[in-house]
Amino acid sequence: MITRRSFVAASAGLAMSALAAIPGHAQETVKVGLILPMTGPFASTGRQVEAGVRTYMAMHGDTVAGKKIELVVRDDASTADQTRRIAQELVVNEGVNVLGGFGLTPLALAVAPVINQAKIPAVVMAAATSSITEQSDYYVRSSFTLPQASVPVGTWAAENGLKRVVTLVSDYGPGIDAETWFTKEFTAKGGEIVEAVRVPLQNPDFAPYLQRVRDADPDAIFVFLPSGVGSLFMKQFADRGLAEAGIKLIATGDVTDDDLLNDMGQPALGAITGHHYSAAHDSPENKAYVEAFKSAHNGMRPNFMSVGGYDGMHLIYAALEKTGGDATGEALIEAMKGLSWTSPRGPITIDPQTRDIVQNIYMREVKEADGELYNVEFATYEAVKDPAKAEASGQ
Amino acid sequence: MTAVSESQEAVSAAAPEHLAAAQLRRRSAWRAYELVLWLVAVALIFLLPSKALLLTEIAIVALFAVSLDLILGYAGIVSLGHGAFFGLGAYVAGLFARHYFTEPVTGLLVAGLASGIFGFAASFLVLRGSDLTRLMTTLGIALMLAELANQMAWLTGGADGLGGFTIGPILGLFEFDLWGRTGYIYSLAVLFLAMLIARRLVHAPFGLSLKAIKANRVRAAMVGVPANSRIVVIYTIAAVYAGFAGALLTQTTSFVSPDVLAFHRSADVLLVLVIGGVGYLYGGIIGAIVFTLLRDWLSVITPQYWMFWIGLVLVVIVLIGRENLARWHTFLPAPVQRVFKRAASWRPGVKLGGGG
Amino acid sequence: MLTILFDGVAYGMLLFIIAVGLAITLGLMNFINLAHGAFAMAGGYITVVLMNRYGVSFYLCLPIAFLVVAALGALLEGTLYRRLYSAPHLDQVLFSVGLVFMSVAAVHYLMGGQQQLIHLPPELNGRTEIFGIGVGRYRLFITAVCAVLVVALQLVLAKTRFGSQLRAAVDDGRVARGLGINVSAVFALTFAFGSGLAGLGGAMGAEILGLDPNFPLKFMVYFLIVVTVGGTSSMTGPFLAALLLGIADVAGKYYFPQIGAFVIYGVMVIMLVLRPHGLFSREGAR
Repeated sequence: MITRRSFVAASAGLAMSALAAIPGHAQETVKVGLILPMTGPFASTGRQVEAGVRTYMAMHGDTVAGKKIELVVRDDASTADQTRRIAQELVVNEGVNVLGGFGLTPLALAVAPVINQAKIPAVVMAAATSSITEQSDYYVRSSFTLPQASVPVGTWAAENGLKRVVTLVSDYGPGIDAETWFTKEFTAKGGEIVEAVRVPLQNPDFAPYLQRVRDADPDAIFVFLPSGVGSLFMKQFADRGLAEAGIKLIATGDVTDDDLLNDMGQPALGAITGHHYSAAHDSPENKAYVEAFKSAHNGMRPNFMSVGGYDGMHLIYAALEKTGGDATGEALIEAMKGLSWTSPRGPITIDPQTRDIVQNIYMREVKEADGELYNVEFATYEAVKDPAKAEASGQ
Repeated sequence: MTAVSESQEAVSAAAPEHLAAAQLRRRSAWRAYELVLWLVAVALIFLLPSKALLLTEIAIVALFAVSLDLILGYAGIVSLGHGAFFGLGAYVAGLFARHYFTEPVTGLLVAGLASGIFGFAASFLVLRGSDLTRLMTTLGIALMLAELANQMAWLTGGADGLGGFTIGPILGLFEFDLWGRTGYIYSLAVLFLAMLIARRLVHAPFGLSLKAIKANRVRAAMVGVPANSRIVVIYTIAAVYAGFAGALLTQTTSFVSPDVLAFHRSADVLLVLVIGGVGYLYGGIIGAIVFTLLRDWLSVITPQYWMFWIGLVLVVIVLIGRENLARWHTFLPAPVQRVFKRAASWRPGVKLGGGG
Repeated sequence: MLTILFDGVAYGMLLFIIAVGLAITLGLMNFINLAHGAFAMAGGYITVVLMNRYGVSFYLCLPIAFLVVAALGALLEGTLYRRLYSAPHLDQVLFSVGLVFMSVAAVHYLMGGQQQLIHLPPELNGRTEIFGIGVGRYRLFITAVCAVLVVALQLVLAKTRFGSQLRAAVDDGRVARGLGINVSAVFALTFAFGSGLAGLGGAMGAEILGLDPNFPLKFMVYFLIVVTVGGTSSMTGPFLAALLLGIADVAGKYYFPQIGAFVIYGVMVIMLVLRPHGLFSREGAR
């Protein structure tokens, strides 16, 4: 139990001294602590993010600006208090310079006191609730926010002749975010929300909700569901004959998750989604990424979560490059602000004011190509800021 | 106090009620292992400051498990939904700090009170039925409460959790530091006080009557023990304790995440208690130490598959038999056993000011 | 309206199919087997692997899932479960939760954490109009299989020699042994049969409920609800309970979507308070 380092810390009498000692014992290596859901219902998120991170390191080596990058991966056990404790132990006992990962919003929020006190950047690679980056000046996001993905879908729907829409979302934070922002945009552009359905997170059967949608007889249904649940929904949607009844399916890209899309098969064809990343994105960066990812992970296809991990790692590398290897938290977070680069998903920028990501949102349709299903992009909304923050700064 | 250690004959010559009182007192005397445990817990404040958070977690889980022990170990009521009280306490403490008053001890008491009221109301649902019915009723209540917390996002923050509050200094004097030292001392103090009260309770005639109910309800009723009202009382007390544990979690992390009401909390605490041993209060503490350290250790070694090894440990524990584990010392060589026996039966006498 | 009723019935049937195995092990053998979901998950994964990797037909997968999981159940019964029949309920809970944890991590290791999807044969996809009501074909299929199962189970338990041996063995093992019934063989067979049914339920449920390593934890609550509300002394109890819960859940979510999540738990708690021994139990009338 008593590790040597903790013993040293103990004899120094104060845990704070261990904190002060961090730059001392981390001179040659820069440690990145990844806290991810490795078990439990969101384990596939953790797997994709970790794979994205490792792919980046495989493609770009593990040294940057003369420093060796070392990963420390921990399971968040899906509880906020453990996430906080792990974050703290990583900082104090492991001497981690940057934290990363965070699968769910409350777990990301729980580390705010730690990063504030330790002055260490936390790169949010998955969690998608808008408000996270406002809770501490040390959060940076490399994934996306749900308002960011939902608003363009609303714009597109209004501009493409859809008048009456039913929204169907999971009844928790991100779902409500998606519902709110889609509704806002869609009604502002003249559309009408016929009904807003919220589905409990633990919901084995969509039958009653789909029947409600069918009875409301809208032009389209806007859906947000976490990815695994989303694929089940797609099947039941098709099974109930909603498509034949003339109801279009529009959604955020979580529903047509690249990781599962092939297994969904026919029912997914024709679904229109708006999101920041598709494995079919046509660019040399993405081709290289998909290839490296697939060969390193047994043919698994990268999804939108993995690219959050990949770009999160790039963010850390680029910031270190910029500081010339200075891995203190303050220097890193300053260097991260305003960075922009071409990611596999397209051009992205870290907004210097909000530390949130600014990126293109693509409208895609599920199509078959070479015997596989892909989200094929057909329209682009360029440089979309997180609308919640854009609105706040506009006022 | 000195009468206890005097010779048996003197006691047996006394009237039966004296005999009973003496026996109760003897049973409630402090054991060596208890003192060692508490001394080590206090010493760790200075020895392992960098592990204060883990220690805090252990203290909180321990209090929660002790609370379950009160109903499971003493009254024989199984529960798969004890997390309801834990979560309620956590939320009440969070809301109280956010809207009214940030002093933690007050918040703790308010949270305990709220959980206690809820526990009192819920206790009437567990009076009837078999083990299975109780498991499911408690589980159902916990799941509904979890769903309620998710739905009432305007109050609880929903799935994003309840944050945005700071906890003030304890009694206006001691600030919470980030490294968890104050948090650990505070949690440990609450655990210790709770244990003091729990010890008194279970070693009093009240506790004995609970054991009688557990052993045989009909027979207990025949000797005049009002089973239902006793169960209501202990269930309420246990709920208060669970509420304390939840409040401690909120106050030491300054955040309430919706997972405080999740099913795995209720399941984990049952595992913790059973690992440590049911029905002697310290089982909760020992279980919390073993379980938390084991999980922490395993999840560092194998972040993805630690559940497998925890599962294996559980299966092995059951197959060996809990009662065999409880008397593990009998498998030791005889001389070692003698030392243990002497150490375990040693009680602090007059010199230490006497316990109990 | 009728569509909702049918959906409710179909959902209830699905609940019954995955819970019926538990009704047998818990109800008849009085073993709290929380690992029931792990057996169901095994059935689901067998189906997924056979269909997606080897192209075996769905109809063939169902009996295979039943048999393989039954064999697995028999194996575990012989090596582990058997020792715990007379153990306290708490030990059984602990033991089976341990098995659940192990199965979750093992499946995660072997198959990965993502959602597994299967492709039904085309004739089971889509909807059919019956008497003017649109019904999902797969739901119809589930309902039919379930109806057959209920009748068959009831007949086996009530009319066959094995059924009477089982009931005798459960009621008083010692006397049954005295009458020359091989109690442990009867129990082993029953346990294997219950596990096999779980496997079948997992295979059939995968399409609607989804399948990932957390399956046993996610749906444990649902199996238990059906069995406890139904009572544990017959097959009809869980069957009617599943129907009731299925209809209540679907109708509740359709008509009052705001409180949708509470319906099934609410119904359970109310039922248990009113009839603590289940809907149809020998003690229920007390």
